[in-house]
Amino acid sequence: MLEQITYALIVVVIGIAACFLYFWGSNWLLDRLLQTSPTATGTATVRSDRMRTAIRPWLFLAPALLFMSLYLVYPVFATLWLSLFDRNGVHFVGLSNYIWLFQDPGFQQSVFNNLMWLIIVPSLSTGFGLLVAVLADRLWWGQIAKSMIFMPMAISFVGASVIWKFVYDYRGPDSTQIGVVNAIVSAFGGEPQAWITVPFWNNIFLMVILIWIQTGFAMVILSAALRGIPEETLEAARIDGASDIRMFFDIMIPQIFPTILVVWTTITIVVLKIFDIVIAMTNGQWSTQVLANLMFDWMFRGGGDFGRGSTIALVIMFAVLPIMIWNIRNASAEETTR
Amino acid sequence: MAGISLRKLRKTFGTLTVVHDIDLEIADKEFIILVGPSGCGKSTTLRMIAGLEDISSGDLVIGDTIVNDVPPKNRDIAMVFQNYALYPHMTVYKNMAFGLELRHSPREIIDKKVNEAAEILDIAHLLNRRPKALSGGQRQRVALGRAMVRSPAVFLLDEPLSNLDAKLRTAMRAEITKLHRKLDATFIYVTHDQVEAMTMADRIVVMKDGHIHQVDTPQALYDRPVNMFVAGFIGAPQMNFFPVAVARGGTSVRFGDRELPLPARLSEALPPGSADRACMLGLRPEHFHERLPVDVDPAMTAEMDMEVELAEPMGAELHLNGVLGGETVIARVSPRCQARAGDRITLIADLSSAHLFDKKTEAAFGN
Repeated sequence: MLEQITYALIVVVIGIAACFLYFWGSNWLLDRLLQTSPTATGTATVRSDRMRTAIRPWLFLAPALLFMSLYLVYPVFATLWLSLFDRNGVHFVGLSNYIWLFQDPGFQQSVFNNLMWLIIVPSLSTGFGLLVAVLADRLWWGQIAKSMIFMPMAISFVGASVIWKFVYDYRGPDSTQIGVVNAIVSAFGGEPQAWITVPFWNNIFLMVILIWIQTGFAMVILSAALRGIPEETLEAARIDGASDIRMFFDIMIPQIFPTILVVWTTITIVVLKIFDIVIAMTNGQWSTQVLANLMFDWMFRGGGDFGRGSTIALVIMFAVLPIMIWNIRNASAEETTR
Repeated sequence: MAGISLRKLRKTFGTLTVVHDIDLEIADKEFIILVGPSGCGKSTTLRMIAGLEDISSGDLVIGDTIVNDVPPKNRDIAMVFQNYALYPHMTVYKNMAFGLELRHSPREIIDKKVNEAAEILDIAHLLNRRPKALSGGQRQRVALGRAMVRSPAVFLLDEPLSNLDAKLRTAMRAEITKLHRKLDATFIYVTHDQVEAMTMADRIVVMKDGHIHQVDTPQALYDRPVNMFVAGFIGAPQMNFFPVAVARGGTSVRFGDRELPLPARLSEALPPGSADRACMLGLRPEHFHERLPVDVDPAMTAEMDMEVELAEPMGAELHLNGVLGGETVIARVSPRCQARAGDRITLIADLSSAHLFDKKTEAAFGN
């Protein structure tokens, strides 16, 4: 144990030292190599100065670029390549993985489920987040409520799933029920159920977990946006005769709409990659399969099929890409208007 | 009818009282300006009239109803904010129409009123723009237009010109005065700029630290300030003050080793037993002359030497900043005066126009 800690510490120290050495050393080297000699003519000085300023940014970017290419760009092309091969990545099979994919009922189920996730989770998270952000400012215990709602953000998806497994827990008809949902159902005279096995609705029960986590995120961002609305426009609306409801929909929402879009798309991207909750709760059984979990299944389970796994991975990537681009555009557009 | 009465109006924030039981009667269709330095409670007073701040105690009466608990939209008022407070996501047209739409006015009426107001304010060509695409002056007009379309009985204006550049401000001053005449409504206007107050108001309310110091017409405020604060606040450059002591049974005052005559108006106002009373003598910059004006009684003047430290040519006049008898003064003389920084010049002070204030209470005598 102690050995491991020492080892970790040494690695940290060496890592930081290496970074420092790289940045300081490379800059020092650049200054040395392109030093302007005191005897140089004006144009020579200008030229070497120019070269120095042209090269320096690349020195800072180089490590990031290197790691980005190694861990992001290279895998994309490798995946693309693998998707054209058979399960072991040996025999070229053309587009047959893609043809198989679009005929596979598991894939169709996953796409349908993903679409449901896409519609329900971002809208409810953003909606609830906005609601809490608006209402919490009017209550004396609003700050406490906001902290409580934000807390799930700090829990990993798997951790949240473990918590919610207990909420949905079912212990067989004869045992004592310890799940909260079943406790409530029994209290009202209902029959306890294995909630996460009820087709269709179990999807919703899984989404509840992500909504529970993401509402906090939406709330924090939207709360800040609401604070940014000029107080005077609200006062002007009050004098103009707007009711609270009209004020909310006609004055507040339009002014924070760009932020709502950013929140919405950010959560959408999280949802597109949804994996942890499904694998921890149902592992895709009982018709709860989603794309990421399907990919994981094909890639690493049952002997592994690199061809089909890669194909599904690419489908996910291309689905996320447009929303990602749009999100980044929106965020930067919002920044420039500030 | 929309006369407004403030009766013992008070505003407290926690333990801090920012408006102290002020009384004020505003006549219907009057143009009244609340003026005072920052933090004097003028904006808070306006916001209480608007209904944006709760009234801590006292009554606010509009027409003949107490409106303390009436929501802003039912007070028949409109407000123009310092930062215009236009709705950024609406076009100019929508900005102006919003209040009418909330009142479910018919389309044609809204259209007619918005176009009328836009015509008057010369913003008809901007109706489809958003506030972001407007200049400060144009935004100001839209804010005015938004208030106008509802034809309220009372317009509340909170420092509406302070975000405009100097030239535009002068132009808008005249426009707002004209607008007041055209709209035939009560205007309550808040500013810290005494020039705006002097040029636009029917009556000015001078406030400081949450108290009203004086309410009067611009000229009366200038000629008969009730205390040193009003005397110093109204008029630019501001009034010069000299510490003096009453002498000769009130017919003159001692200033250093000099003796200055006091006009009958002031000596008669001094209460009995005022001998040696410490006072402040107030003289406006224009009451210093290079040579004796024809309409001034020579007996009521005094020659005084001034060390000029700065001469500011204003074109039509010259402002001499300097020291006179140990006091910093500003004199306003003809631009032909040759005095420049470093010069010593003899000025004739016209004491028939002087003001006299008690040093302790700062209250004026003879007003």
